[in-house]
Order: sequence, then C-alpha cells, then structure tokens
Amino acid sequence: MRRQLRLSLQCAIAFLILLLGLPLANYFAPEFMAQSVFGFTLSWFVVGIAFFPFVWVISYYFIRRSLALEADEVAARKNILS
Amino acid sequence: MFFPLAAIGPIDPWIFSFSAITVLVTLWMGFRSAKSSKTASDFFVAGRSVSVGWNASAISGEYLSAASFMGVAGMVMSSGYDALWYPVCYACGYLFLLLFIAGPLRRFGAYTIPDFAEGRFDSPIFRKIAVIFVLFIGFFYTMPQMKGAGITLAYIFPGLPYWVGVALVGGIITLNVALGGMKGITLIQAFQYWAKMFAISVPVFVLVFVYGGYHAHLDANTPNAPTAIVENIERRPLAEVAPKAPSDSAWLSPFGPLTTKAAKMANLSPEQARPYSLIYTYSLIIALVCGTAGLPHILVRFYTNPDGVAAKRTTMWVMILIGVFYLFPPVFGVMGRNLLPELYAATGAKGTDKIVLELPKLINEKYGVVGSIMSGITCAGAFAAFMSTFSGLLVSMTGAMAHDVYGRMLRPQSTPAQRMRAFKIAAIFIGGISILLGSQVEQLQINFMVGQAFAIAAASYFPLFFMSIWWRQMTMPGAAAGMLAGGLSALGCTTLINLSDLKVIDLSAFWPHWPLIRILCEQPAIWTVPMAIITMIIVSKATAKLIPADIEEKMLVLHAPEALGYRKDYIADHAGH
Repeated sequence: MRRQLRLSLQCAIAFLILLLGLPLANYFAPEFMAQSVFGFTLSWFVVGIAFFPFVWVISYYFIRRSLALEADEVAARKNILS
Repeated sequence: MFFPLAAIGPIDPWIFSFSAITVLVTLWMGFRSAKSSKTASDFFVAGRSVSVGWNASAISGEYLSAASFMGVAGMVMSSGYDALWYPVCYACGYLFLLLFIAGPLRRFGAYTIPDFAEGRFDSPIFRKIAVIFVLFIGFFYTMPQMKGAGITLAYIFPGLPYWVGVALVGGIITLNVALGGMKGITLIQAFQYWAKMFAISVPVFVLVFVYGGYHAHLDANTPNAPTAIVENIERRPLAEVAPKAPSDSAWLSPFGPLTTKAAKMANLSPEQARPYSLIYTYSLIIALVCGTAGLPHILVRFYTNPDGVAAKRTTMWVMILIGVFYLFPPVFGVMGRNLLPELYAATGAKGTDKIVLELPKLINEKYGVVGSIMSGITCAGAFAAFMSTFSGLLVSMTGAMAHDVYGRMLRPQSTPAQRMRAFKIAAIFIGGISILLGSQVEQLQINFMVGQAFAIAAASYFPLFFMSIWWRQMTMPGAAAGMLAGGLSALGCTTLINLSDLKVIDLSAFWPHWPLIRILCEQPAIWTVPMAIITMIIVSKATAKLIPADIEEKMLVLHAPEALGYRKDYIADHAGH
C-alpha cells in the first residue's frame, strides 16, 4: 500500500506543479505568459491545449507503474506461500 | 396548447428536424432498453463483460453534460481566458480519481456513495447522511441541465418562453424515467459520446474553414498582432456593438472578468484586484478537481469492467476521449466573440450560453443551408447532452430516494412492487423539483452552476473518499462531521450567492465592502475542503475508540491487488429498482 500511495503522490505532485504553478506564472510573469506560441498566447496555449496531453502522459505512466507494482506484490505473495 | 402559438417566430426546419430526431431516438432507445433490462441498469450485473472501448465511450458520454457541451463555450465567450480552467479541471479531476480513489473503490465493491459510506464504517446512519448529499448535489447538477433545455428550446422555437422549454423537456424525461426507461445502458451512453463528439467537432471544422482559424480569431483580440492573419474575419468594433463585452485585453488575459467580479463590485483598481483573482482562481481549481470524485453516476462506471487492469485502462481512454472533446468548445467561444457579439447584450436564454447553437447558423450567409444543418447538429448534441445527464441524475437520485429512504428507512418490509411504486413517485417528485428549480435559474450561467455542484462535492465527498481510503484512523463520527461541515458550508455559500445573483435576496449593499467574503462564498472550495479534512482528523482522533474493529481487513480489501482475492462485494440488494 505504501508504494502505491507514494506513486500516486508522485504523479499528483507532478500534475499539481503545473496546475497550481500556472496561475502563479500568470500572476508574477504576465508578459512572459503572453508571448506568442503557435499563434496563441502561451497561457492560453497551455490551459486550452497543452494541458490535456500532459495529463494523458501522467495517467499512462501511473497506470503502467501501478499495474507493475500490483504484479510484483502478487508475485511476492505467491513466493511466500509456495 | 394554451400558450399563443402565434407568438413563436419562424422555425428553421433543419434545426427542428435534427433536434426532433435526436429526442425521438433517445426516447425510443430508452424505452427499448427498459423492456430488455431485467433488473437495474446493466452496470450492476451484465457490465462485467463490457469491453474497454465501449465502457470508456459510455463513461465519457455520461460525463459530458450541458456544461461541457454548451456551458464551456458560453463562458469562454463571456469571460475569456479564466473560463478555460473549467474544461481543463473537468478533465484533470478524472486524473485525481484515477490516482487516489478509483482502484480502492473498485476493490471495495461499493457501487454507490451510500454503499461505500455504510460499508466502510458499518453505519446505516452514515448511509442516510450520504444519501442526503446525493440529493442535494444532484439538484445543483440538474439545474444547469434544465437551463440548457430551456435555452435550446427557446432557440429552436423563437419566442417560446424559457420556462416552457424547461417544463417540456423536464416533463418528458421525468415521465420516461418514471415509466422505467432511460437507465444508464452502456450502449446508449457510448453512442451519446460519439454523437456529442461529432456534434461539437464537425461544425468547428466547417466554421474554421469559412471564418478562419482558432488562433486567428484569438489574434483579433491583440492590439498589435505581429503577423495577424485576420483572414475572413469581418469583426465589428466591439465597443460599439457590444458595450457590455469585456475589453480585449481583459478577456484574453488571466485574471479577467470571471475572477475579478467581486473586486469590481468593490471598485478596486485592476492592480488591487489581482490578488483576489488569484484566490478565486485557486479556489475554482480545487473545487473542480476535487469535485469530480463526487459525481455518483461517474463512480459507478468503474465497476463495469471485468477486472482492475481493464478498469485502469478504461480510465486512461476516458481521459483521452474527454480531453479531445474539450479542445473544441472554447473555439466556439472565441469565434463567437468576433462573429456574434450581440449575445453580450442579452442575458439568460438569449445570452452567451447559446453560442454553440447560434454560431453555425451564420454560415447560411455564405453557403445557404449548410449553416442550418450545422446548427441542427449542435442542437442535436445539446439535446443528447442535457437529456442524458438529466436522466442519469434522475435515475441515481430517485434510486437513492426510493432504495435508501423508502426501502431501508421508512418501509424496510416493503415488497418489490411497493418499491417500484415508490420509485415512480420519487421520480416524479424529484423531476418536478428539478423543473421548478430549473425554471428559476435562467439568469445564471450553465457552467457556473455545474462548478457549484462540484464545489459542494469537493467539500463533502472528496474528503470522505480520500481520507476513508488512505487513513486507517477514520471513524464514522469523524467522517460524518467532516462531510457535514464541509458540505453544508459549501452548500450554504453557493445557495447564498445564487439567491443574491438572482436578486431574491438583496445583498448589493453588502458585497462591495467585502470582496474577499464574496469570493470565498462564490468559490468556497479553498476553505471548505481543508476544513472538512481537518474536521475529519480532529473528530476521528477524538473518537478513536470507534475505529471499525475489522479495519485491517477493510484496508486490505481496499488496497491489496485484486488477484489476491480479497475483494468483496458490499452491494446490498439492488435487484428490482
């Protein structure tokens, strides 16, 4: 359980850094966030478009790792029992 | 009909036909499924064999309500950048579910929130509290769907009063649910997702082809756009056409009109207003991300997969499907600002919330009937959105009321036939209240109301799940105290704000002096969520004797890999409702 919790927290923190950091970036560096990226302002691009693939990548990583952790645990138990 | 038909303006035949077909097909599928499903909706029983693709489509379909379909676009048009937090957080909330709640909940086998509440704490009392919250949050979630219905009907039948649309659609769906139809059948919900996806994306591609790209329209808002390719955009100066519209820079930048409303009321300068905006933004983010955990009709779907591996994969696909969907509504808002600024002047059913319906019709000016067809498609999508969400909510709320309130609390000895009757009566009762509430909220934005439902869920269900799943020392009094403290506070604040904005209570003299209080009331998550968690911790520690005796076993069930076989099914008797 502990390792799953740690994995969840790691992924959550990665995600939260961007999610909670973005308003701070908007607040403290407005000109930087207003620069043009692919025709959008950077802040619009991140919130309107780029955030989604970011979330997909985190989910994919989490799912792979968490299923691997489960498989490890099952294997370990079976070793103990056998 | 008692209302004067003569008052209704010209009805566009394409728009009417697309909408009518969608409504009829949805109702027909609902009736057919009612005949073929033996017990409750298939997600309690047959769902075990549903494949990842179907299930992911179904969850996504169920997730996208009127807020996603119409509300996001409307809010982006009215408020600009800040509104983008809504779609992003709607999608991200799902990630939070995946990381902390989905796996354990699935292993625990509790299909509904009341089931989990009772199973985790061995407490029927707690179950009752959970049921009450299901109802309250449900109503906050039905109101925006009703608004969507009212707006759409008022659009299709120009001149039709808003409340008539609400009553008509609400009435039809309520009757349908009461007669046993429209349960959450996977096939229908999966179809709904693809219908909505089609309906939101195809018109965007056509609009972009005719009127220019996403970024080109955004560029029209920058003063000295560098290589502004303002192709095809015949934009009239906003200051003349839409004096109420936010200015270009305010609309395009963060901390715009959405988050600075309270500060404006207090006549603060833009510089002074920024910290308040930051607080508002964070509170909104917390509400939306944590609130996703509190949507009962979504959580249930985690069980329709054969195993935990498939469940996780399904969740991944759901995030992709809804993420891709959410790329499109903002485009409507952005283009609407340039092409249909008249909507800024109106409120309620004629305001920006209907941009998704109105905007495609503009194409008629250049390409004849194509505009009507596109608009008909978006109307069909809107119908799919609010009809399916409203019926899903009605089914969960009615189920909770009939099953829990009647079946367990009032008349535990009731026969299945009596429970069916209770179900029908409850459906009509709850449907009726939803219609009544829905008719009152014309002046509130769709997306905003959904955000409020999320805020209440964030302060009640999210702490419940998160703490109950990961903290051994939770006790029933602790969970209940936290849920009530957070949930009731959020509920009180949001209701106060709505009553104030609808001018039922006049607080216009109060708000200008207290912008911070206004913000904390309008977006209560930033203080109610921590308060709920802290309350849970304090009260649980104080009642440490009441930790469930089999807590170790419960924790094993929650966290051990499914392959090890600890999984139980805490489903009570769900047959027959």
